[in-house]
Amino acid sequence: MDIELKEKEEYIINMGPQHPSTHGVLRFELCLLGEQVKYVIPHCGYIHRGIEKMCEHLTYPQLVHLTDRMDYLSAHINNEAVALCVEKSMNVEVSDRVKYIRTILSELTRIASHQLWWSAFGMDLGALTTFFYGLRDREKILDIFEESTGSRLTQSFITPGGLMGDVHPNFQKRVAEFIKYFRKKLPEYDQLLTGNVIFRERTKGIGIMSKEDAIDYGVTGPSGRGSGFHCDIRKIEPYSAYPFVEVNEVTLTEGDTYARYLVRIKEMWESLNILEQLVDNVPAGPIMLELKAIKAPKGEYYQRVETARGELGVYIVSDGGPSPARMKFRSPNFSNLFIINKLAAGHKIADLVAISGSLDLVIPDIDR
Amino acid sequence: MQTEQLTTLITSWVPSQQPGVSKQYPEFILPADQVHFVAQSLKAHPETKMDYLFCLTANDRKDGFHVVYHLTSTVYHHVVVLKVILPDKENPSVPTVSDIWRSAEYFEREVYDLFGIRFENHPDLRRLFLEDDWVGFPLRKDYKDSFTLER
Repeated sequence: MDIELKEKEEYIINMGPQHPSTHGVLRFELCLLGEQVKYVIPHCGYIHRGIEKMCEHLTYPQLVHLTDRMDYLSAHINNEAVALCVEKSMNVEVSDRVKYIRTILSELTRIASHQLWWSAFGMDLGALTTFFYGLRDREKILDIFEESTGSRLTQSFITPGGLMGDVHPNFQKRVAEFIKYFRKKLPEYDQLLTGNVIFRERTKGIGIMSKEDAIDYGVTGPSGRGSGFHCDIRKIEPYSAYPFVEVNEVTLTEGDTYARYLVRIKEMWESLNILEQLVDNVPAGPIMLELKAIKAPKGEYYQRVETARGELGVYIVSDGGPSPARMKFRSPNFSNLFIINKLAAGHKIADLVAISGSLDLVIPDIDR
Repeated sequence: MQTEQLTTLITSWVPSQQPGVSKQYPEFILPADQVHFVAQSLKAHPETKMDYLFCLTANDRKDGFHVVYHLTSTVYHHVVVLKVILPDKENPSVPTVSDIWRSAEYFEREVYDLFGIRFENHPDLRRLFLEDDWVGFPLRKDYKDSFTLER
């Protein structure tokens, strides 16, 4: 059979929904000219569970458990967002102990999330070793979570009014040990990947996002900060224990895949600094407010927090009942996804993998 | 910019604006045909510079669909909330703001998918999460399907 080669013709191919480098059930519709990407259309909805609709039938302490399942790598931070929004509506404030523990858990979550991202990003680009190194260190954090909260991934530990229980007596000691341990291990990440010539060739100058585009598309988190967009909610609207500590926002101006990579590596150092300021100073105090009922009064409330991937917004519309009339999650990955067409057009397919890896997408958070 | 100044500014553009219920952020209820103009003006005005739309959503209330816009400025970091009430539940429609902020394009597709609110002049108004042949709009309060859990 004669095969006719049509090199100059465009063709459409599907990448996903089951593809290792989309990190979940996301489908990219690619238009290719040879190996070059002409445009990318993302198709989502493969894991849409209707969390916002489910929330309308659940009470506030119940619906916290659903938020773990959105961005499962930032579970603590998602729980915290709902808790803060409900507390804001009821006009109550938790004790300093709860604030400190919440922030320590959030920063540990951020490090764990960046570790997993680093592991998977190396693997996307063909470096298998990073996966072993990243998961080795992430295990230490998951052990701390397991000891205190009873769960490794979907903790649902932070709840409106405080925490589900007090942390384990070992908690502070183990966090301090982890900080010491990870300060020694983090330079290995640079030795393995950051300084690697092949890695730099694959990422420098690839998928350049301008600051204007980042703002226009609403790309937040490390992806936006790699383009010089100052979007750190920990600085803009500080919450929990962030007002008590010094937070340095990491921003770079290059806007390419390498810049987004470097921002996350630097954020891990920054999170260690924040943890160090908090871990020895956790005050004593009650871990749960004594509230008669957890009900948001009639009105509309909005809370912004910074997850490992960007700005998470929780919008509650309440009629005064035990469950919300409408609950909206402004998830960071949803807004971060759609710039991919602009970044990847004109590059090769292999660069599309690097770009989508550097945006650090978690698909259940897009679909909700 | 403070709430009072914002109120003066928006009233000078749209005299019929109403203050909203939100105690957290300054909120303004606008007629549907004015929202595009106000959004554009808020982005262009040198003292507001609302260049970042961080949330666009809708909710289904007794008096109609509410379309809610959360805007902020990356220069001044002040937040303003715009709201449009669409009393016509059969055929709700509002002008798009996706030509002002690209992020709105996808928020509006999501709202169209789950509420069935049409955004006029939207470049690509298709369902985002659900299949194209899905019947109904799930986040509406009167939505029923064969597997809804009755409560």
